[in-house]
Amino acid sequence: MRPSTIWYILRQGFKNIRRNWMFSVASVLTMAACIFLFSIFYAITTNVNYITRKAEEKVPITVFFDEGLSEERMQEIGELIEARPEVESIVFESGDEAWEKFKETYFGDDSEAADGFRDDNPLVNSSNYQVSLNNLEKQPELVAYIESLEGVRNVNQAEQAAETLDSVRSVIYYVSLVIIVILLLISAFLISNTVSVGITVRSEEIGIMKYIGATDSFVRAPFFLEGVILGAIGAAIPLGAFYFIYNEVAGYILRTYNVLSLSVDFIPAPVIYRTLGPIGLALGIGVGLIGSLTTVRKHLRV
Amino acid sequence: MIDLVDVTKSYGEGKPALSHANLHIDKGEFVFVVGSSGSGKSTLIKLLLKELNATSGNITVSGERLEVMRHRRVAKYRRKLGVVFQDFRLLKDRNVYENVAFAQRVIGRPGSAIRRMVPEVLKEVGLSNKMKSLPDELSGGEQQRVAIARALVNRPDIILADEPTGNLDPQTSDEIMAILERINNRGTTVLVVTHNKDIVNAMRKRVVTMKDGVIVSDEKEGVYHEA
Repeated sequence: MRPSTIWYILRQGFKNIRRNWMFSVASVLTMAACIFLFSIFYAITTNVNYITRKAEEKVPITVFFDEGLSEERMQEIGELIEARPEVESIVFESGDEAWEKFKETYFGDDSEAADGFRDDNPLVNSSNYQVSLNNLEKQPELVAYIESLEGVRNVNQAEQAAETLDSVRSVIYYVSLVIIVILLLISAFLISNTVSVGITVRSEEIGIMKYIGATDSFVRAPFFLEGVILGAIGAAIPLGAFYFIYNEVAGYILRTYNVLSLSVDFIPAPVIYRTLGPIGLALGIGVGLIGSLTTVRKHLRV
Repeated sequence: MIDLVDVTKSYGEGKPALSHANLHIDKGEFVFVVGSSGSGKSTLIKLLLKELNATSGNITVSGERLEVMRHRRVAKYRRKLGVVFQDFRLLKDRNVYENVAFAQRVIGRPGSAIRRMVPEVLKEVGLSNKMKSLPDELSGGEQQRVAIARALVNRPDIILADEPTGNLDPQTSDEIMAILERINNRGTTVLVVTHNKDIVNAMRKRVVTMKDGVIVSDEKEGVYHEA
């Protein structure tokens, strides 16, 4: 394609947008709203994922042994657990260590209160493994496995926490998916309307082009371009705006709810944008292209 | 140059718009196609432009067989034709120069060729001094001359003119026909569909007369017959 042809198509594409500026603005705004919401849901979903994953690492299973079990067997059990793919890490805690931790947690500085147990560790049989998972969904399976091992007395698990985190994640995921799909459909519809108005306005010109010998692609290219430009602008504006809003909101939440900053931290905006940026732009351009493609196909049988 | 062999075009169940038409036009000929409205003249032009497909028969134009032509070839084929309409069909938002240049832009001619060709054809039709004018600032005759320049700028083999003087007064009509004759004298085939009796009778060119979709006469140096 000659540079003059490319230049012509570019000029026509922008001209179309200018001619129907009200429709163009409506399309861009809808697309912008759509991509903005998409960004919000994306940020929430990825952060919830990130936070639950962190939480998963902090919700270990505790494995206790039968009374008087030999250290060799305990080690064997440890090796068997560690070999499971869903196990992230495993830490051994002896009865003495468990007692020290208990004392610290419950008696604190009041060490005298614990003195009554000085020579008689009540947790002597509390040697245990702290097992962290890399996938919380596998927890019931792993617990069943560990319970089946010989020498295991009891397995403590935070099942409730696991289930709650998991269901929160999937609710957010499905709700946002449905909303985003609906909004994208509306955007595609509006862009297709805008392009269709452009085609009607330029029907005479299109007729002349056909008689003169313009190829189909030459006639269609400015309309495709129009859809792509509308989609790209509609995506770029909210993506830019959300970048700053995200940083502000994340900072605000952490400042306002001080207690959160101890257990929660948000993914930094540049990291989120490594994925959100390209996906958002691709969505905008893709929806713009689909919107114009369907209309041009329907109205421009050239 | 143009060959119609037993061409019929039907739009539906009724009488065909064009019925068993046979027509041969040589390169460099000037031909009038005359007839009242509904005689099949417009259908003939649309068939030649490949805007419509014949129901039966064969049409060959400039070596291209239209009945077997694929859709993607149509644009290239139309570049061999220059079309002039009764209502001029100019782009109102563009000046004379841009209207003519448009015909070159849509077929992807380089900028240098456009800058050379457009003034050349505008000179041919006598509009060198109106390049910057918008169509609405021109008279009907001048607008039709812009349309002829646009049809001419890609140097087509054939000019198809559909009622080119339909909206013009007699004097302006004569001027337009004089331009078309000049183009024809340089070797371009010209086919003019008209019902302007005075012009046909004055020019004494080949006249093909149509009635109810049938070619009823075909005369060299003919006159207008009320068909």
